[in-house]
Amino acid sequence: MFEILEKARIGPGVHRAVISALEIARAHRPGQFVILRCYDQGERIPLTIADKDSEKGTITLVWQEVGVTTYHFGTMEVGERLQDLCGPLGKPTHIENFGTVVGVGGGIGIAPLYPITKGMMAAGNHVISIIGARTEGLLFMTEEMRKVSHELLISTDDGSYGIHGFVTQVLKDLIDKGTKVDMVVAIGPVPMMKAVANLTRGYNLPTVVSLNPIMVDGTGMCGACRVEVGGKTMFGCVDGPEFDGHLVDFDLLTKRLAMYKGPELIALNRFRETERGCKCSIPGGGA
Amino acid sequence: MLDPRGWRMTEQQEPKKAPRPKIPRQKMPEQSAIERAHNFYEVALGYTNDLALLEASRCLRCKKPYCMKGCPVEIDIPDFIEMIKQGDLIGASWKIKEKNSLPRIAGRVCPQETQCEATCVLNKKGKGEPCAIGRLERFVADWAAQHAADELPELPKPTGHKVAVVGSGPAGLTLAGGLIKKGIAVTVMEALHELGGVLVYGIPEFRLPKAIVKAEIDELRRLGVEFKTNWVVGRVETVDDLLEKHDCVFIGTGAGAPLFLRIPGENLNGVYSANEYLTRSNLMRAYMFPEADTPIAKGRRVVVFGGGNVAMDSARTALRLGAEEVTIVYRRTMAELPARAEETHHAEEEGIKFKLLTAPLEILGNEAGWIVGIRCQEMELGEPDESGRRRPVPVEGKLFDIECDTAIVAIGNAANPLVPSTTKNLETNKWGNIVADLETGKTSRDRIWAGGDIVTGAATVILAMGAGRKAANSVMQTFGVS
Ligand SMILES: Cc1cc2nc3c(=O)[nH]c(=O)nc-3n(C[C@H](O)[C@H](O)[C@H](O)COP(=O)(O)OP(=O)(O)OC[C@H]3O[C@@H](n4cnc5c(N)ncnc54)[C@H](O)[C@@H]3O)c2cc1C
Ligand code: FES
Repeated sequence: MFEILEKARIGPGVHRAVISALEIARAHRPGQFVILRCYDQGERIPLTIADKDSEKGTITLVWQEVGVTTYHFGTMEVGERLQDLCGPLGKPTHIENFGTVVGVGGGIGIAPLYPITKGMMAAGNHVISIIGARTEGLLFMTEEMRKVSHELLISTDDGSYGIHGFVTQVLKDLIDKGTKVDMVVAIGPVPMMKAVANLTRGYNLPTVVSLNPIMVDGTGMCGACRVEVGGKTMFGCVDGPEFDGHLVDFDLLTKRLAMYKGPELIALNRFRETERGCKCSIPGGGA
Repeated sequence: MLDPRGWRMTEQQEPKKAPRPKIPRQKMPEQSAIERAHNFYEVALGYTNDLALLEASRCLRCKKPYCMKGCPVEIDIPDFIEMIKQGDLIGASWKIKEKNSLPRIAGRVCPQETQCEATCVLNKKGKGEPCAIGRLERFVADWAAQHAADELPELPKPTGHKVAVVGSGPAGLTLAGGLIKKGIAVTVMEALHELGGVLVYGIPEFRLPKAIVKAEIDELRRLGVEFKTNWVVGRVETVDDLLEKHDCVFIGTGAGAPLFLRIPGENLNGVYSANEYLTRSNLMRAYMFPEADTPIAKGRRVVVFGGGNVAMDSARTALRLGAEEVTIVYRRTMAELPARAEETHHAEEEGIKFKLLTAPLEILGNEAGWIVGIRCQEMELGEPDESGRRRPVPVEGKLFDIECDTAIVAIGNAANPLVPSTTKNLETNKWGNIVADLETGKTSRDRIWAGGDIVTGAATVILAMGAGRKAANSVMQTFGVS
């Protein structure tokens, strides 16, 4: 169970792995996530399922190295097994034929956006995808995204590839051009989702965002994943992970995500001194 | 002086005038408060042989054993204590296990003072302290685990029936143990990566060592119970999916959804539910950080809201994690504190402070989103409410702040809606608890049983075990297995 079948580095600090998980692959719906532990003293972290193959019984995970667990996972090789893998968790994306759906994916958010656009396309929507990253080297899954979009727009902050600018600008131009948009799905770093929500609010465009609060159990038992939506406290793991972007308190989310900054650095530095930790190139000092 | 029979004779011949036994209730050795406040080892160390014999000799072996009436699973208390007196500890252990398959756990966490020991004749007014039944149960069960751990009962031929159990807390485990011993195949599905429910994620190591829970579960495994961890029923598969592959399903998912205070500032960093705080420390071993990867806010000044066992566990955990000052904030007075007297006593000994007649109004934070204190309202006791307890009411204008960097909300749990909401036509009450017959565990749906906290709301380990046992009997009856 939970054996790593394929693994590749698809960008600086970004990995993709295909993992054997029969039951999860069978039950998974777009928008859902898993919680994993790499080893017996490991922490539980959530990762959105980027793809699955129900026939082969595999799921695909894409992650960026940020804390001790994502670094640890990054050092694991084909043939190794995850200690624990629990899922699928969270509510699936609400998929129906809305008309035209724009998927906006920023950085690592492109991975979780993929199964959603795939589902939206299958449901008969006209799908326009806008994906972006800081620079060309950080872009990934562009070919996959092309297959599940009727139109694909790519931007980089530094202009090294595609349109020069932020994904929000691309979205704004698209709307201002008069494109009829019925629904926006935005997944990426918190500032990006916040910017998209602020933009679409002005146009009164329904906007769904996928939140990534800190989690422990992922089943509604602990409340670590608390987020505020429309002034109400919700649990990201069971009430979400997707919420109405116009109602989410993004500033609170940002602060809560920084809660363990100090300890995370300690854990990472400690990991770096282990045999396994030497295998990965953790940038000095910062996490 | 140590002839127990002598005491018994006296009791039976002259029940009214007879002098009471002079042997006082035997204390259980424990780590000193100073020492234990800084480690996670078990507080209570258990009776020695001599202490156990001495305590056992206090039992009067009443003809009408009221103690048994106080026990939710009706353990044959006088008989097992008699076996201790005769030195037959294996026999005593089997006697207990006839009714309670997890005695090492119950002997540690049962609120005996409101159950068997409350109804013990020695406890009757003016007659002194009750026989320490719980401590004796623990002694016997620990002894048996050390000396006879490998003895398994002989199993009957498989009956061919298959039962699925959702949740591996005491309710599910007890049912699994009951059924497997009758040849019924059992598979237990658990959402978390470890088995045991609240026993592993909630109740701290210093009250219930995890090795004990593990040993009890290993025994079930050796008996043939199958376990699936990381298995969230309602997501991986529904109860109806389970019914296709099993003859029936038992739901024992506990009362796992934490309640918050619904006051401003509750989502500030450093504010935890007790469930999260305890799960990080117990299940994820954050107390070992950074040897274990999961972090926890190691507060210097910690405030805990609530007055139950969960509040005591949270406060004592905070202390062991290194807090300089831990304060329990409770709306009523010491007299209404719902926690077990023993736990409150332990907490006080360890230096936990109590701020009584105090209700939180707001949690105060800084720019970075961290808690810096709480604003409180002084309370006084007014008229009794429906529960008969005097209702706390605010004292006009008496507000004050308490400085702190961590707050833990321990005001209770509600039912987790995941299983009820994904099981069609399963009746629930207005609090979201599954409606089930308390004697049989039968729910509104055919072939579905339920028991434990998901039915009763947050209760006790022994009541959950009792529910598991009753449901097991009902399932066997339905299958025609005796
Ligand atoms: C901190 C704390 C201290 C306590 N101290 C005491 C004490 O000293 N004495 C005492 O008698 N009682 C105590 N209690 C109460 C006692 O622990 C509970 O009453 C008892 O554990 C309830 O047992 P249960 O089997 O109903 O559920 P639980 O022990 O809650 O177990 C339920 C299990 O089901 C799992 N589950 C939930 N949903 C799903 C799903 N969808 N799929 C699969 N699995 C699922 C959960 O992960 C959990 O493991 C305490 C409780 C807490 C929180
Ligand atoms: S992660 Fe624990 S409730 Fe959501």
